[in-house]
Amino acid sequence: MATHEFAAQESHAHAAPQGFIRKWVFSLDHKVIGLQYYFLALVAVFVGMFLSLVMRIHLVAPTATLPLLGDIKPETYLTMVTMHGTIMVFFVLTTAPQGGFGNYFLPIQIGAPDMAFPVLNMLSFWTTFLGFIVMIAAFFVAGGAPLHGWTGYAPLSALQSSGPGEGLGADLWIISIAIFCIGALMGALNFITTTLDMRAKGMTMMRMPLTVWAWFVTAILGLLAFGVLLSAGILLLMDRNLGTSFFVPLVTINGQLTGHKGGSPLLWQHLFWFFGHPEVYIAILPAMGMCSQLLSVFSRKPIFGYKAMVYAILAIGFLGFMVWGHHMFMSGMSPYTAFAFSIMTMGIGVPSAIKTFNWLGTLMRGRIRFTSPMLFAIGFVSLFVSGGISGPFLAQPVLDIQLHDTYFVPAHFHLIMGVASIFGIFAATYYWFPKMFGRMMNESMARWHFWFSFIGTYAIFMPMHYLGMAGMPRRYSQLTEVTYLHGLIPLQKFITYAAFVTIAGQLIFLVNLFWSMFKGKRASDNPWEATTLEWTTATPPPHDNFGGHTPIVHNGPYEYSVPGAPRDYVMQSDPQIEPAH
Amino acid sequence: MGDDGAGPGLPDYATRLRRARLGLLVALTPVLMLFVSFTSAYVVRQGLPTLDPRTNALVRDWIPVALPKLLLINTGVLILSSVFMELARRQIKGQATHASATSAPGVSAGDQSGIPWLSMTLVLGLAFLFGQWAAWRQLAANGFYVATTPSSSFVYLLTGTHAVHLMGGVLALFVAGIASLLRRSVATRSIVVDVSAWYWHFMAALWIYILCLLEFAG
Repeated sequence: MATHEFAAQESHAHAAPQGFIRKWVFSLDHKVIGLQYYFLALVAVFVGMFLSLVMRIHLVAPTATLPLLGDIKPETYLTMVTMHGTIMVFFVLTTAPQGGFGNYFLPIQIGAPDMAFPVLNMLSFWTTFLGFIVMIAAFFVAGGAPLHGWTGYAPLSALQSSGPGEGLGADLWIISIAIFCIGALMGALNFITTTLDMRAKGMTMMRMPLTVWAWFVTAILGLLAFGVLLSAGILLLMDRNLGTSFFVPLVTINGQLTGHKGGSPLLWQHLFWFFGHPEVYIAILPAMGMCSQLLSVFSRKPIFGYKAMVYAILAIGFLGFMVWGHHMFMSGMSPYTAFAFSIMTMGIGVPSAIKTFNWLGTLMRGRIRFTSPMLFAIGFVSLFVSGGISGPFLAQPVLDIQLHDTYFVPAHFHLIMGVASIFGIFAATYYWFPKMFGRMMNESMARWHFWFSFIGTYAIFMPMHYLGMAGMPRRYSQLTEVTYLHGLIPLQKFITYAAFVTIAGQLIFLVNLFWSMFKGKRASDNPWEATTLEWTTATPPPHDNFGGHTPIVHNGPYEYSVPGAPRDYVMQSDPQIEPAH
Repeated sequence: MGDDGAGPGLPDYATRLRRARLGLLVALTPVLMLFVSFTSAYVVRQGLPTLDPRTNALVRDWIPVALPKLLLINTGVLILSSVFMELARRQIKGQATHASATSAPGVSAGDQSGIPWLSMTLVLGLAFLFGQWAAWRQLAANGFYVATTPSSSFVYLLTGTHAVHLMGGVLALFVAGIASLLRRSVATRSIVVDVSAWYWHFMAALWIYILCLLEFAG
């Protein structure tokens, strides 16, 4: 190992705690908080996955009686659609990549001893945790969980009497999301302040790893988007409980006037999607950052076009706020407005393509090491392309009106937002596990997990495109009796079998994760021969990250295969090299 | 290359103050977004026609609410409290600068003489909140409840959300007071008061915006 240069000792903001409660429960340490977020997301993902499995069984055998669950009624199916989407979007895709890995590694990668506001950081996790408990509680109250979908369209979501689950269950759903927003905002505040103000000496913005850029821009998106969702949630709660009519027009239920009038359901859609579309990027940007990082490390090459990657992240973040209307082409909006949203949406294809070509450019002629994190990173690129390519189809109002309420849309967003982000999380888990736990994960199990997941998810979601194009509508619980869809039942059955196999593959991951924590091979401080700052410190990192020192940064984050260097990588805190690119 | 990294340095008074102010600036963004979002809902709702079930015709149902005059007095109280808050901020900043010039940072200067601007701000802040509550009572007495008309819904929504945020400011002032009682270092107190002051000024400006929106765009 080369000698790394360190600055004078910095007094750490808070001393290392000794007791179990302060160390592992109400911890101020960003690393522990990161792990707490990660394990919260792990619990949430299995709840969400269980719901999806029950939905898949119900779709092919709607009259089957399931053990413990009994008969699944159509409204119960909608409840599962709602809770699967909500739990996955908020408590998995927003929680693990940003709250989990971002919390653990952002401060270390910029050479900081902790987040800027550790108490706020702790509060942000426990607020999120409370949000999750409230969300799960919705299952157990009278009427059960809501059935209005994760998008909560009014007036269905705004009237207590609009269906089972729209009573207390729906209130808890809104309150949970409001709590989640507050937690996410506290987290975003910390990420932004820490990135701007706590970088180590020499860690210029353009020397930051792309992971840090991604977490930073994601935090900005969260900061701008979650406030709007919170406002929509407050208005919805008022409509439901105080008799106001922000979102509810003059409607009758069972022939009775509800007492509301004049509200606009479209107002909800605008407010929701002003948050909802940036949320897609909140889920995927951290995975993009992780993927960029890993492709460079395991190709033993500098990332292709670092600056272009940074500007592409910024462009995607910016454009993400301009395109919410493409979720509303069905709402009867003016064709001129739809055209503007359509053009902007297709515009996002440009920075996305820049990123994709740069990833391919990084792989090209690299000395690729096919480790498990690399497999998942390449898998991410594959899924991002496959899921992304259907985006320009849906971005065109004329095609979207045909495809919008079919399986084509779930196929699109599951590939690009769901599974691609999950592959980012897996890649990051296999990559950083040695740093977090001091042991390596089992490589054979990891490879089995990869192939199960990669082939499995394609087997699930590719056929959904065909279902959609053949006209199978989404959200319905029972389509096996519909004559014109009979020919599609074998495909639906195939998807359900694929879901079983894919979920079985996830158990391999679960076993590997916990087995490796205790029995995995001991990891060295830098097992992947990577360059960023987390690999300069001990494994696992000490309480203040760098053992009383703060690194001084001299090099960019992706100095691999540097001509004339003694080894094929130069770490960020190594003595400065002449950049050859 | 962009700017240089900030560097580690010791977390001295200037660094802590800069970090706290930056944190506040970031924290105010979602508050701003919340009210931007409400404003957009306000404007949209104002222009919407609604179906009259008796005539089956589309009608405008936006009835402007006559705002209680008390709100003007409340506004005066909040502006005055903001002035007091600024005086409190300058007072303790002077003490902190003096303390860091004469002794090591982190040592309590113990100098708390002078006009108690902070306590006066707190009293005026509570008076404002009480005044807002009284204005709500007046609205209700005039027959405007939260669900009476779309405009009255927005009056309660905007004043209520602003009041909740101001309560956050009141809480911050309590924290500043407790920091003083616990004899925390003058630097720590100064930072708490500084960010509380900027938050307070923001709340005052936000209130003036809300009042103008309700009065002139209602």
